[in-house]
Amino acid sequence: MRKGLSPFNVVSITVGFLFLYLPILLLVIYSFNESRLVTVWAGFSTKWYGALLENQGLMDAAWVTIKVALISASASTVLGTLAALTLVRYGRFPGRTLFSGMVYAPLVMPDVILGLSLLLMFVAINLDRGFWTIIIAHITFGMCYVAVVVQSRLLSFDRDLEEAALDLGCPPFKVFFQITLPIILPSVIAGWMLAFTLSLDDLVIASFATGPGATTLPMKIYSQVRLGVTPEINAVCTILIALVTIGVIATSLITKRQEVSRQRAAQMAEQ
Amino acid sequence: MSDQTAVPASDDTDTTDVLLAKRGPARWFVVAIPYLWLLIFFLAPFLIVFKLSLSEIAVAIPPYVPTFDLTDGALEMWGKIKQLSFENYIWLTSDALYIRSYVSSLIVAVVSTCLILLVGYPVAYGMTRAPKAWRPTLVMLVILPFWTSFLIRVYAWIGILKKEGLLNQFLMNVGVISDPLTILNTNIAVYIGMVYSYLPFMILPLYASLEKMDESLLEAAADLGSPPGRAFWQITFPLSIPGVVAGSFLCFIPIVGEFVIPDLLGGSETLMIGKTLWVEFFSNRDWPVASAVAIILLLVLVIPIVLFQNSLAKQGEAD
Repeated sequence: MRKGLSPFNVVSITVGFLFLYLPILLLVIYSFNESRLVTVWAGFSTKWYGALLENQGLMDAAWVTIKVALISASASTVLGTLAALTLVRYGRFPGRTLFSGMVYAPLVMPDVILGLSLLLMFVAINLDRGFWTIIIAHITFGMCYVAVVVQSRLLSFDRDLEEAALDLGCPPFKVFFQITLPIILPSVIAGWMLAFTLSLDDLVIASFATGPGATTLPMKIYSQVRLGVTPEINAVCTILIALVTIGVIATSLITKRQEVSRQRAAQMAEQ
Repeated sequence: MSDQTAVPASDDTDTTDVLLAKRGPARWFVVAIPYLWLLIFFLAPFLIVFKLSLSEIAVAIPPYVPTFDLTDGALEMWGKIKQLSFENYIWLTSDALYIRSYVSSLIVAVVSTCLILLVGYPVAYGMTRAPKAWRPTLVMLVILPFWTSFLIRVYAWIGILKKEGLLNQFLMNVGVISDPLTILNTNIAVYIGMVYSYLPFMILPLYASLEKMDESLLEAAADLGSPPGRAFWQITFPLSIPGVVAGSFLCFIPIVGEFVIPDLLGGSETLMIGKTLWVEFFSNRDWPVASAVAIILLLVLVIPIVLFQNSLAKQGEAD
């Protein structure tokens, strides 16, 4: 029996990860290219980053995107956590199948269908499309991702602590905020991060849900990409990649530290 | 439909009941808020799409008739219902463009999913063979691109694949080719984009199922004289089937409706239904036909989606 890595394993991992990272790496490298021709290297320069600050349209779109992502991720987290509690804690209630169907469906539904259906809904109820309709659309799919992330944590949850607190006369509402929420917090944070980046990245659904006046960064990037590859776009993309990478690594470090300190506390309690 | 959530709360105040948290009216708030949200912003829009797919295009805002108004009387309502027709669906079957879009979307999705499996399996398998200390980092490295914008990752390939792009420069410098290859705006570029974008969706479930595998099974096989290759096909692969299935669904379903990749990397030969729907809606402004396209796309996907949900639910119970 082979234990450890065979040469084949090493090659497949290396090739696989090169395939995943090389395109992103090249994009980042060429954002520092002096030349306007994206594919000809002409020396190191940060001028395209400076040019971004001058580009008012792009800056406006970035600001809209960040606001949309912050608001929709926060609302998604609240609704998604409630949905996860519903799925895990409420057993069978009438309409549960429909509910779990509605939670899982947006995860696999093509974006074009979600976007189209929401747009038609906004038109049918005569809602002015723009900033807030993008937020509604993003909450709708964001909450489903949060629900799945939080649900997996709730399933492995030791309920003795909650029961003990209830036995000692703690009101259920307080039990949730003092015991349940702190324990599931890492998954809630991870869910928020996921909803935030999904909102940040979304092109298709936002294009359907928006109206005149609200343009998000992906929509702006998309319309420029169709005209060709430019170093400014590479610079914008590099900034977004950097932000997301830092965010993901920071979150995983925080949750890891919490996990370690919780295990330590549990060990101390046993001694 | 919200009546399902409005079950009256009981006034049971038995403090020794550990399930107290489940009693009281607050309990149903927890259910009602996400339930109502999804009913209003997920289910209701689908009903509207369905209704609209039975309407006719009109030069108006919004561009379709009949429009329903809650102030209409019952008689008017009935008159408008009679205006609904299956015209759009008949139109879809009579125009080869739509049928070809559906068929080619399915073909692209099947081929892409197989390619992703071929690329992803060795990577996931290699990851489970790596030293334990590396594994969390490797998993993290697979997840990281997933967090990066889809649009950015597709965009990165344009610079690589285009005629004067990095791949052609590299190949010509090395001397493999003398004339640049045309890859961008062909189906090859679409497949590269699909494999690249959806690879993490395949690797992660595969890794999860391969990692759970009991090593002693392989040791037993080796002790009994089974060569490693045979042990792989007789033990490892069959045990990883749940991961293969989950990964394939996770790739197949969204690829069928994919828009960004065929639009940016594909060319005029690339017909995919997500793109057709987009053009129908934004360029031709034919909302009823776009709705009918969406409804049929949904019908095409309903079987894989239900199968996928069942497998998810089964996994949830097993956990």
